[in-house]
Amino acid sequence: MRKQSLFHISKRDTLPLGKALLIRGGILLLALVFCGLVTTLLTGQNPISVYGTILSGAFGTSRRIGVTARSVAILLGISLAVTPAFKMRFWNIGAEGQTLIGCLATTACMITLEDKLPNAALIIVSLIAALLAGALWGFLPAFFKAKWNTNETLFTLMMNYIAMQLASFFIIVWEVPKGAGKIGIINQSTRAGWLPEIGNAYMLPILIVAIMTGFMYIYLTYSKHGYEIAVVGESQRTASYAGIKVDRVIIRTMVLSGALCALMGFLLTSGVDHTLTTTIVDSRGFTAVMVSWMSKFNPFIMIASSLLLVTMDRGASEVASALSLNHSFADILTGIILFFIIATEFFITYKVTLRKNSKKEA
Amino acid sequence: MKKFLALILALVMALSLVACGGNNTPADDQQGDDANTPAAVKVGFITLHDENSTYDLNFINGAKEAIAALGLTEDDYILKTNVPEGQECYETAMDMVDNGCNIIFADSFGHEPYMIDAAKENPDVQFCHSTGTRAHTEGLANYHNAFASIYEGRYLAGIAAGMKLNEMIEAGEFTAEEAKIGYVGAFTYAEVVSGYTSFFLGARSVCPTATMEVTFTGSWYDEALEKEGAQKLIDRGCKLISQHADSLGAPTACENAGVPNVSYNGSTKEAAPNTYIISSRIDWAPYYEYAIKAVMDGTAIDTDWTGTLATGSVVLTELNTDVAAEGTQEAIDAAMAKLENGELHVFDTNAFTVNGEALSSYMADVDTDADYTPDTEVVHDGYFSESEFRSAPYFDLEIDGITRLDTAF
Repeated sequence: MRKQSLFHISKRDTLPLGKALLIRGGILLLALVFCGLVTTLLTGQNPISVYGTILSGAFGTSRRIGVTARSVAILLGISLAVTPAFKMRFWNIGAEGQTLIGCLATTACMITLEDKLPNAALIIVSLIAALLAGALWGFLPAFFKAKWNTNETLFTLMMNYIAMQLASFFIIVWEVPKGAGKIGIINQSTRAGWLPEIGNAYMLPILIVAIMTGFMYIYLTYSKHGYEIAVVGESQRTASYAGIKVDRVIIRTMVLSGALCALMGFLLTSGVDHTLTTTIVDSRGFTAVMVSWMSKFNPFIMIASSLLLVTMDRGASEVASALSLNHSFADILTGIILFFIIATEFFITYKVTLRKNSKKEA
Repeated sequence: MKKFLALILALVMALSLVACGGNNTPADDQQGDDANTPAAVKVGFITLHDENSTYDLNFINGAKEAIAALGLTEDDYILKTNVPEGQECYETAMDMVDNGCNIIFADSFGHEPYMIDAAKENPDVQFCHSTGTRAHTEGLANYHNAFASIYEGRYLAGIAAGMKLNEMIEAGEFTAEEAKIGYVGAFTYAEVVSGYTSFFLGARSVCPTATMEVTFTGSWYDEALEKEGAQKLIDRGCKLISQHADSLGAPTACENAGVPNVSYNGSTKEAAPNTYIISSRIDWAPYYEYAIKAVMDGTAIDTDWTGTLATGSVVLTELNTDVAAEGTQEAIDAAMAKLENGELHVFDTNAFTVNGEALSSYMADVDTDADYTPDTEVVHDGYFSESEFRSAPYFDLEIDGITRLDTAF
């Protein structure tokens, strides 16, 4: 009576790189064509013009290129930050809170120490405060996981809410004018605690994240820490047997993840937005999880993934404005493209075969 | 496998043919269009959300109305929705400047500092910000604030509420002493305080025994909280509800409980046909028209512009005669005439007391600063002069007769 499913799923041998790339490229093309079809059917718009508008929205002027590149840098930075934890199979969905707490720590320093420290010292103090706050936000769930095996998904998720509530509270403490619920631009006239601009307003975050990308690649691929993370991720028992102190690796890695998220928070508040709002991270802490997984934890593929998502997002606002389509339309297109990409990864990794004998047994 | 690949390939080719089919129509050359028709004005509108938010919809409608009234076309304006209150606002404004805009509007309070930054960098472009407070102290010739004397609209809506209370008292539904109004506010912010106080004063001008309880949600838009707040007030014995928050939460709670509701930001008759009485709202079209016209004519825009009943900026939307008391329209018209000719002032110091005493002097925080320093005497000639020293409201007193159940700063 035992029923067997119609499909049999098995792991594939690794495809040769060329073939795998060809399949991915083809699928991306297919996704774009399919999106075009959906566009025409749903809105009557010419898909080429929609794609054109998306591209022009993201890259149309030098300012737009700058903004897009900076947004890519921030998203990529958070994605890099969450990667070590995920590689360790530690389900950290708290990047949103870890980034936000970095923003909050930076804001606190910028507001309370505005006239007490010279600018360079203020920036360094803000940076250290942000890193410590983020490290704490990473340490707590990891410590509880290591000591008492608490569920890190719930723990990190709840840490997001704590960060969010703390931010709301301090926004009201520092709001201007009273009752407005907004801090506004911090130190707008004195620019105290603002990161300096290198060349233009976009360059510094990009440079920092570029360095971070290289660092993360080396850290994960060539360092002892990176190796330990990989082993713990494969099997904690194996790691223990091999003499790796699993608890220590978990805590160390999450502290690093949290601190790097907070570094991005520091960049947001001190270098980009110069304010604190509860939505300043804009769900990038969650998008980063997808970027990291979609790129199979490879920092260089993450550049492409972040670029794709940011381009679609920035294009979305141009599509909404220039073609009078709702902002959500580009989100639909992004969803379709992601669906194609993720499905492809499944079919590249696994083989699905029909069970030839299923009829007989039934 | 080969067959499958061939199939996919064929599919791709077929689909790309379809996709390229419409390619003949030139679609992506807006810049070319601009060059052909050198318009004297190009307008940029920045909104916090899109038309799904009643607050932003009110601005978007005003924008489109003004554009049409001035005989401008689709190519003469750019509307950017979903612009958050961060650096993104500055980038969007700068991008509009890159695209040739010479006047840019933003609709949300948190956009202000970023608009100021953009204004500093583009002295030839006019930046107009609704609900902001800093134009009169920034000293920038090209940065302007705007608001409307919506407290007058609230006052008139309050009259409709008072008339309804009187009607219910006369019908014997409750005694005059039980005439308690409930109010759901967003934040304990001057704009909200000014709104509910003027509403209450309007109601009390016709129903002298009226009292009011206010609860705050701590959010500009939270349907569940607003509904809960309204329900709480109804449970506490409030006979009529009004609100300053953007969702349909409070009107829905009123409809379910059969309690009359005075709405805000536009008619909610559709959602609450049996309880909706009237609504007041700001119509932004007159301001947009005024400011755009000023750019077209090369004249200066007021640093602080306050729309009034006379400019058509403060409007009352459809009176629901099925619910409103008899004679409401006439009473509103009479009061409106008095407000317009200056015979009646909403915040007349004879009409209210603070801690049991009449108000003879009050220093308000008109010039925005981090310490909320009171800086301007706003009581003169026997009334609290709202929206005179800057367009955004600054009435933040707690008057007798109104009880705050909680606060949300």
